[in-house]
Amino acid sequence: MAVGKEIRTKISSIKNTQKITRAMEMVAASKMRKTKDRMQATRPYSKKIGQIIKHLAHANPEYKHPFLISRETKRVGLIVVSSDRGLCGGLNSNLFRKTLGKLVEWENAGIEVDVCTIGTKGSSFFSNLKTNLVGQVSKLGDVPHLQDIVGIIKIMLDLYNEGKIDQLYIANNDFVNTMTQRPVIEQLLPIIASDIEENIKGHWDYIYEPDAKDVLDYLLVRYIESIVYQGLVENNACEQAARMVAMKSASDNAGNLIGELQLVYNKARQAAITQEISEIVAGAAAV
Amino acid sequence: MTMTVHVDIVSAEKEIFSGLAEMVFAPAELGEVGISPRHAPLITRLSPGEVRVKVSEKEHYPFYISGGILEVQPHLVTVLADTAIRAKDIDEAAAIAAKAEAEEALSDKSGNVDYATAQAQLLDAIMQLRTLDRYRKRGE
Repeated sequence: MAVGKEIRTKISSIKNTQKITRAMEMVAASKMRKTKDRMQATRPYSKKIGQIIKHLAHANPEYKHPFLISRETKRVGLIVVSSDRGLCGGLNSNLFRKTLGKLVEWENAGIEVDVCTIGTKGSSFFSNLKTNLVGQVSKLGDVPHLQDIVGIIKIMLDLYNEGKIDQLYIANNDFVNTMTQRPVIEQLLPIIASDIEENIKGHWDYIYEPDAKDVLDYLLVRYIESIVYQGLVENNACEQAARMVAMKSASDNAGNLIGELQLVYNKARQAAITQEISEIVAGAAAV
Repeated sequence: MTMTVHVDIVSAEKEIFSGLAEMVFAPAELGEVGISPRHAPLITRLSPGEVRVKVSEKEHYPFYISGGILEVQPHLVTVLADTAIRAKDIDEAAAIAAKAEAEEALSDKSGNVDYATAQAQLLDAIMQLRTLDRYRKRGE
């Protein structure tokens, strides 16, 4: 029957698309579980080191590490963590929108920005903008290693130590739950002392072994690395969760579309049959 | 009742230990330290070696760490380890193999060996074996 050939091909093509999105959804679901476990596994370490740094910011060391001293801001550094692949809903665009807002804010204040990106999406987005891109890494895969990002962290820390940038920020997606990912921009350097804990008020300092400079250098660099790494793992978990949700809604939409098209097709078929019958009846009556 | 201090041991991969203890022993860079409750604030780097948590007279928990940071507050001891393993989970065969491999690399005179890495690997393996050894001796 010649009726609705176009509609039939369209339905079958949507069915194929639906198969793909459904497969991607399932892959993303299983990857999300793994990346989420990895994210939760590294959380205690970054939480503890954050706690130590918080204590440290309240100590009164004889040696003031440059990471703890804030200076007048003329130029800032920004590390943007994005995903390597697309098809994950508004994950990257939400983050970039938030980052752009911050960039505009800085521009209005006359502050220049150096950008480092992690992930292909970020590097292609920021190379199109008129920003000063000082470093990028991408294709880190689902199991990122600390060694992979040490390089760009060092670029930024060197800039900071040379006084070329006065503040360092990181932009990444925060994993709230499977349905919600929140883009956040946090200040890494100089380290800000937040609310004081009860039991460590007053004038005190650590005993440093072997000496303050050695230990602080090591500890603070470690701290920055652990935050950036944590940001990266969280962003990975966000990517998989966002992809899973996006692919689920794509599969659902395809299902709706198929239903509607099927209805149109059936109606057309019915109309064609009715017409044929009425033609035959009319023909028979004429004889 | 004896005084206790809260101890947290975390490695980059997971939380290894969290709880109260009477004393903690750790391999600081300048020599082994023992931390009692209400110790003065201290920060130091750790060398590869054994961290031992004494929960009570009879209960000891030994761990092997490959280096890291020790932070002491009067009521809180935090060990940030690069990697940490419970002493009883140390893979003896793997440690012996790693030791042999590192020794071989160090005796290689051809010059295409990274001595620093080999040396670190050797130290790592030796300290793992020593931790395991001490754990067994105490156990018997």
